[in-house]
Amino acid sequence: MCIAIPGKVIASDGTTAQVDFKGNTVDVNVGLVDPRPGQYVLVHAGCAIEVMEQDKAQELIDLFAELEDLS
Amino acid sequence: MKITMAHGSGGKTSAELMSSVFGKHFKNSVLDKMEDAAVLDISGRIAFSTDSFVVTPVQFKGGDIGKLSICGTVNDLLMMGAEPAYITCGFILEEGLEIETLDEIARSMALQAKEAGVIIAAGDTKVVEGSGGLYINTSGIGRIPQGRDVSAANCKPGDKILLSGTLGDHHACILSARMEIENNITSDCGCLRDITEALFEGGITVRTMRDVTRGGLGTILNEIADNSGCKIQLQEEAIPVNEEVRGFADILGLDPLYMGNEGKMITVVKGEQAQEALALIKQTEHGKHAAIIGEVEEGKGTFITTRLGGSRVLDVLYGEGLPRIC
Amino acid sequence: MEIKEVIKYLKAYDGPEIKLMEVCGTHTASIFKNGIRSLISPKIQLISGPGCPVCVTPTAYIDKCIEYAMKPEHVLLTFGDMMKVPGTEGSLSDMKGKGAKTELMYSPFEALEKAKAHPDITYVIAAVGFETTAPAYALMMEQTKCEEIRNIRLVTALKTIIPALTWICENQTDIDGFICPGHVSVIIGSEPYEALAETYKKPFVVAGFEAEHILAVIYDLVRQIEKKQAQVKNLYPNAVHQGGNQKALDVMSRYFEAGPAMWRGLGTIDASGLYLKDESYDGGSRGLDADMELPAGCRCSDVIVGNINPDECPAFKNKCTPLSPFGPCMVSAEGACGIWYRNQ
Repeated sequence: MCIAIPGKVIASDGTTAQVDFKGNTVDVNVGLVDPRPGQYVLVHAGCAIEVMEQDKAQELIDLFAELEDLS
Repeated sequence: MKITMAHGSGGKTSAELMSSVFGKHFKNSVLDKMEDAAVLDISGRIAFSTDSFVVTPVQFKGGDIGKLSICGTVNDLLMMGAEPAYITCGFILEEGLEIETLDEIARSMALQAKEAGVIIAAGDTKVVEGSGGLYINTSGIGRIPQGRDVSAANCKPGDKILLSGTLGDHHACILSARMEIENNITSDCGCLRDITEALFEGGITVRTMRDVTRGGLGTILNEIADNSGCKIQLQEEAIPVNEEVRGFADILGLDPLYMGNEGKMITVVKGEQAQEALALIKQTEHGKHAAIIGEVEEGKGTFITTRLGGSRVLDVLYGEGLPRIC
Repeated sequence: MEIKEVIKYLKAYDGPEIKLMEVCGTHTASIFKNGIRSLISPKIQLISGPGCPVCVTPTAYIDKCIEYAMKPEHVLLTFGDMMKVPGTEGSLSDMKGKGAKTELMYSPFEALEKAKAHPDITYVIAAVGFETTAPAYALMMEQTKCEEIRNIRLVTALKTIIPALTWICENQTDIDGFICPGHVSVIIGSEPYEALAETYKKPFVVAGFEAEHILAVIYDLVRQIEKKQAQVKNLYPNAVHQGGNQKALDVMSRYFEAGPAMWRGLGTIDASGLYLKDESYDGGSRGLDADMELPAGCRCSDVIVGNINPDECPAFKNKCTPLSPFGPCMVSAEGACGIWYRNQ
């Protein structure tokens, strides 16, 4: 139910954006975010709920770097 | 021009449709006799199968319902180790169907039948009220050469499982069209005869073959594990999935392991023949992306080793998936 | 630190038994899909919480949806998961054969085009979900009003997670730490967990949905519990900010207000539901509290609050299966029982 997946913004008119999910283009509502083309957004139920700061690979590297600091 | 109830009347309008569409594309020595039934010379062990096709849209990237109806039944025969020979086609047309569409579909069936090496030996057409839909039933028979023993009950510990290519392409292609999601995903709809011939001619002892259609890989492997009384262990990372299909599956929360295909098969062979079988499959048109995805072990059930080394059960598909993809 | 070391540590853990709750159904699904339980010590137990909106939705709500689907000139729009949830007379799926008009939606925005194309039909949206989905409904309402579309109604079963977590902290004191729902947290931020962590002295860590995210969060929680810490941490900073998504929170508060809501297994919790402020678009969502008597032997309510794991219920796998679900947690693709059944 709360599945959301990242996609790359191709173009946006401020209301609707064309978002690419590994080659699949979908129209997404961008009323909750303000993404630039090229940025990744997290999409849930046809709605972008956040702009992602970085791509997934980098994110996972940073995740474990963070843990090292904690232990 | 559209199909009307008159095209199913059995009268002159029906006869015109027969000659202008089906007669034009399906010419062959058996059908041209126009008798009540085809009379065939065939002997020995025979595989016999039937399947109905209800996909919407009827035309899609990589094929149409006609091509699908030939490949589906031919593939079912091939999976028993048979050499498909004859096929019948029953059409149910809804009034309002464009005759041009029907013509394109009949042409594609004829082409596919030729490529698959089967003769269309009999056919029938009925028209029902509706809104331009089209359904096809095909039945086929094929000879099983001496010495072939292919069955879902034949697997033994130590055997390897080969998948002929990427998962989920047909399912994703049909759903994309229905949901108007833009991508380049093409249906894998195709006849697997090149693969089965390569394996048999290459001298591989094939234990089991299954085409991976509705229910997906998960469902089919569970059936094989049950029938053979063995455990199947897969490696998640070895299973090929096209990136675009993966993206599509993510959007809808689908799992490629349960998505339907129309031109993919698994083959189970003796462990020591696995590399040889893989090389043979990879040389064929329909098996370019084949991979060894797992093996048969003592025990029961189907399991998958995940990317990080975890293990989980791979169960059958529950619920409906989504209707009318084949 | 590397993932291999994290797994090694979690696999070798041999301290006191630890109970962690993953609140979100999507986390439960990911834990199974990635075989997480096989990568950690049996002394670290993962308990599924109330985070499947379909499973906690009471029968009266399903009945209300069916009532609209059967009504002339009305069509019910719903996410697929809702179709099989049993109401008093049957599920939406059962009623389809008896004339119920339902259409599956992928996004609530689909309602706008449908409503404009068929002005004579009222489209009733089964608006189920948590904070992740609520802003999408709010944005859709904004467009509905802006374009003066009159033939859309919402029947809401929208729920907020903090009141439910508070209930669990009060009533299920043996949970040692919480894996916080990543996508709910995108909207509400990591800040709302601070008060819970402080009051109940338990760690709350926000997690993403990859296997790596979940393992990292389990590791962090275990380490915190070992060191007797009770911090809120955000290990999904790529998407979650401390304050959440302000635009989303704003649009939600423009269109929705909090009210009491019924959770199966938990009962009615104050201010845990979201209801449309403008009742002229509401399809009668308030007070849909009546819930079916769970069938004798069904322990869904214990599963939802994490008292037992699904396989400890006597009905599990014999009377209750995905093809013939006996209790609600077996129905939904995100229900704990359904996920356990398919993946065990």
